[in-house]
Amino acid sequence: MLKDQDRIFQNLYNDLGSDVVSSQKRGDWVNTKELTNKGRDWIINEIKESQLRGRGGAGFPTGLKWSFAPKEVGSRPHYLVINGDESEPGTCKDRDILRFEPHKLIEGCLIASYAVQAHVCYIYIRGEYFIDGQKLQAAIDEAYNKNLIGKNAAGTGWDLDIYIHYGAGAYICGEETALLESIEGKKGQPRLKPPFPALIGLYGCPTIINNVETIAVVPTILRRGGKWFASLGREKNTGTKIFCISGNVNNPCNVEEEMNIPLKELIEVHAGGVIGGWDNLQAVIPGGSSMPLIPKEKCETLTMDFDSLVAEKSGLGTAGVVVINKDQDIIKCMARIARFYKHESCGQCTPCREGSGWMWRMLERMAKGEASRDEIDMLGDVTNQIAGHTICAFGEGSSWPVQGLLRHFSKEIKKRNKFDPIIKERKDIPYLVDQHLLDKNA
Amino acid sequence: MSLRRPAKEQPEHFEFNSSSLAAANNIISKYPKGKQQSAVMALLYIAQKQNNNWIPLAAMKYIGKFLDMPYIKVYEVATFYTMYNLAPVGKYFIQVCTTTPCMIRGAHQLVEACKEKISENETELSNDKSCSWMEVECLGACVNAPMMQINDDYYEDLDKEKTLKILDKILNGETPKPGSYRGRINNEPENNRKTLLDLKNA
Repeated sequence: MLKDQDRIFQNLYNDLGSDVVSSQKRGDWVNTKELTNKGRDWIINEIKESQLRGRGGAGFPTGLKWSFAPKEVGSRPHYLVINGDESEPGTCKDRDILRFEPHKLIEGCLIASYAVQAHVCYIYIRGEYFIDGQKLQAAIDEAYNKNLIGKNAAGTGWDLDIYIHYGAGAYICGEETALLESIEGKKGQPRLKPPFPALIGLYGCPTIINNVETIAVVPTILRRGGKWFASLGREKNTGTKIFCISGNVNNPCNVEEEMNIPLKELIEVHAGGVIGGWDNLQAVIPGGSSMPLIPKEKCETLTMDFDSLVAEKSGLGTAGVVVINKDQDIIKCMARIARFYKHESCGQCTPCREGSGWMWRMLERMAKGEASRDEIDMLGDVTNQIAGHTICAFGEGSSWPVQGLLRHFSKEIKKRNKFDPIIKERKDIPYLVDQHLLDKNA
Repeated sequence: MSLRRPAKEQPEHFEFNSSSLAAANNIISKYPKGKQQSAVMALLYIAQKQNNNWIPLAAMKYIGKFLDMPYIKVYEVATFYTMYNLAPVGKYFIQVCTTTPCMIRGAHQLVEACKEKISENETELSNDKSCSWMEVECLGACVNAPMMQINDDYYEDLDKEKTLKILDKILNGETPKPGSYRGRINNEPENNRKTLLDLKNA
C-alpha cells in the first residue's frame, strides 16, 4: 500500500479543512514563486520527467500537451481550461478535489497558466455540482483576497484570473472540444480535430485543456520532483491516482493509491471486499462506464494502470471501478449503460445518434430474452459501425461496453435468447417465413 | 438524445428583476469583450431561478436580446442541456440517479418511494403542487449510491425507508439535511479506513 506521506491529496476525506490557511499548512502555496522563477522550460521538463498522464480518461502525457502551446504569444491570447465536467458513470473523484482540495487546483492553475502563458483560466464544472462549485468559488475568492491569484499572482509576476463556468447536464461536454463550444455559449457538440485546441481552441485562440485531477497534482510534483512521481507505479504509468470504487462492495469509497495497484487489493483492502465474498464477483468495469468490463477470472491478477488494462482490451479511463457481483443481471446492467449513452448522445453524427438507441433497445430485449439468436451478431455489427465513425470518442465510449459484454458474456446472452423467429415461433406470419424451410420442419 | 418539449402554456412576458440583472451583468464581465454569448448558459440558470425553476420561451427571447444573439441560438442551448426545465416543475425538484452504479445498489427503491409519496409518473406535480421528481442519468456521486438530488443538494447513501422520510419532510415544507444518510464522512470507506489514519485521529 502507498505510504501516507506519498499521498498527494491529504485532505481527501476533509479531516483538515479546505480553507486557505489549512491548505497552506499542508504545503500549498508555500513556495509557488520559487517554482515559477525556475522558468517555463523547467516546469514542462519536470512534468515530462514525471511522466504524468492526463487523469481525465485518455491518458495523454501532460508535459507533451503543454509543450504544444505556441512558444510566443501572438495576437491571440492563450487560455487554460480545466475540465471538471465529471459525468462518467462510476467516477466521482473531481468532486472531492473541488470541495476539499480546491487550493491544490487553484495553485495548479496558476503554475499551468504560467507554463502555457495564459492569463485567463476557465474551470468548467458540471451543473449538478453547484454546491461544490460554490465551495471552489469561495476558495477562489480567498485566493484573490490573499493576492494568490489576480495581478502579480502569489508574487510570481504573472497575472491570472480564474472563472468558473457551469455546465448544464450534458455528458458530452466532458469531451474537450464540446466543452469549448459550451463555454462559447453553444450546444455542446464536438468539433473536428485537427485543428487541435492547443492551436485553435476557445474563441479560436490557443487553449490547453486539462482534467481537474491532472492540474491538482502539478504543484506537488514540482515540489517533490518529477523523479519522485516517476518512482511510483511503473514505467509510463507513474504516480498516484484517485480510484473510485462503487457498486457491489461492502465499503464503496474514493481512495488515492499508487498506479499499477492490483485490482484485488483495491477491492479487498480499501473497499472491504465484494458483497457476498470474492467468489460472488461477476465482473468489474475498471475505468468508468465507457470501458469494456472485465470478467472475474481476469480480476484475480489484474493491475490497474493504463497499459496493463489496454492489454486486456479495456482501459483505465477515469479509474471509476464499478464492481458487479453475481446477484446482478449483467445484461441489464449493460442495457442501463446503453440507455445512458442513448440519452447523452449529442446527435451530431448519425452512427452514434441512431446506433446508441439501437444498442439500448436490443440489449433491453436481450435482457428479457426476447431477442433472436441472429441479433447477437447484429448487435456486434452495430457497435462496429459506431466505433471509429464519429467525430469524437463518444462513439467508442458507447460501443465499447457493449463489445465488452459480447466478448465475455455472449454465452449468457445466447442461453437466454434461444428464440428463432423464422422456423419455430412465427409460423403464422407467412411473409416473414421461408416457406421452403417450413415444409421441411413440419 | 433526449426528448425535450417546451410547456404548452407559456407566459407572455419575461424580464430580469434587479437582482437577476446584477447577477447577469456580473457574469458577462467574466468573458472577453464581444464574447458575451458565453454567458447564455449562466443567464438561463438565472432566468430559471427567477421563474420558479423553469424557463419559459419568453425568457429565451429576452436573453437573446440581452446578449445580442438570435433567439434560435438561445433556444438551441436551452433545449440541448437537460438541466434547463422547459416546463413547470415543483418547488422541490427531485432527481433520482438510476444509472448502473446506482442501479446495482438499489436505485429502484428510491423510484418506488417517489412514486408512493409524490406522483405516479415522472415530471408530474404532487397533489399539493410543491414537488415533482424524475429519473436522471449519473449525478457523479457513485461511491455514495444510491442517491438523489433535491434542488441543489445531494442526498446520499439512501434506501427506501430513508427516502420516504426525506420526502415526508419535504412535503411538510422543511428542507432536510443534505449529505450521507448512513452517517459516513464524505467519501471515506465506512468503518474500514486504511489510509491517512494519523490525520483522522489527530
